[in-house]
Amino acid sequence: MEISLPVKSTFRVKVVISNRPGSGDPEGETIYRDLVSKSGFRDVKGIRTGKFLSVEVEAPDRESARKVVSRMCDELRIYNPAAHSLTVEA
Amino acid sequence: MAARVAVIRFPGSNCDMDAVQAIRTLKGARADLVWHEDKAVSDYDAVVVPGGFSFGDYLRAGAIAAKSPAMERIRKAADQGLPVLGICNGFQILIEAGLLPGALLRNSTLRFVCRWTALRVDSDSTSFTRRMRKGQVLHIPIAHNEGRYYAPKGDLARLSREGLVVLRYCDEDGVPSASANPTGTSDNIAAICNRAGNVMGLMPHPERGTEPLLSPSGSDDGALIFRSMLEAA
Repeated sequence: MEISLPVKSTFRVKVVISNRPGSGDPEGETIYRDLVSKSGFRDVKGIRTGKFLSVEVEAPDRESARKVVSRMCDELRIYNPAAHSLTVEA
Repeated sequence: MAARVAVIRFPGSNCDMDAVQAIRTLKGARADLVWHEDKAVSDYDAVVVPGGFSFGDYLRAGAIAAKSPAMERIRKAADQGLPVLGICNGFQILIEAGLLPGALLRNSTLRFVCRWTALRVDSDSTSFTRRMRKGQVLHIPIAHNEGRYYAPKGDLARLSREGLVVLRYCDEDGVPSASANPTGTSDNIAAICNRAGNVMGLMPHPERGTEPLLSPSGSDDGALIFRSMLEAA
């Protein structure tokens, strides 16, 4: 009898946590106001900062990897939904 | 019998001994330092989650400590009515653990602010303010980088409406003016509590405000918070 084991590969999933528009981003505002807008990059109209996590996951496919990381972010409160928004990209 | 207070220590807590000391000097109080992975808090009459930089403030201030075994026990005890006080990083931990709503974000000044503040008492019916009167002005110092309280507008309005804002930064006349706001915190909020009034988080450090000799104005107002807590315990 042949047993087929699910084949898992390693994926890197990117997580970006940023401040929601209403919650303010003093660091992003300072970078924009005091550096970028004074340096001739007139087409740049705003900057927001955030936190970046690169997560290594074993999963059968890319979409499953993304789902695991999304669930992890929710369950472990990797971001605070009152103030942050989350992007998960596999 | 003396009320027993557990002061929870996480790796990176650094105001834990100050809190123990401040409580021990009060009449009728015992304070124990409790490691976050150790024993139940059910033997205690009150819990203090002290200030510091638990787990190095990695990920986000309070986020990692919020998932420690101690917080699960504290959540259960709080549901049973145990007084739980979160100071500074302890406030951040209570928020991240979901015991209090909202978020504590980086100060709008992008600076660590360490100074004495004046605070107006907006609720005298919590376990931590019962020895005060509404409108009273307290003097207690702050020392933090992430103390800008934030909640979506509707939630902020609800907090005020339901009397869950306990302390606001104010001027010497008790007016919560913009110039008296040290961190850009929403509506000058310095402390909030839960609906039952037995869980409070505050950014100021009451344990640093219990000795008149150590205060420029001779204040020992921080002790009022601990005395109220012991009375409620």
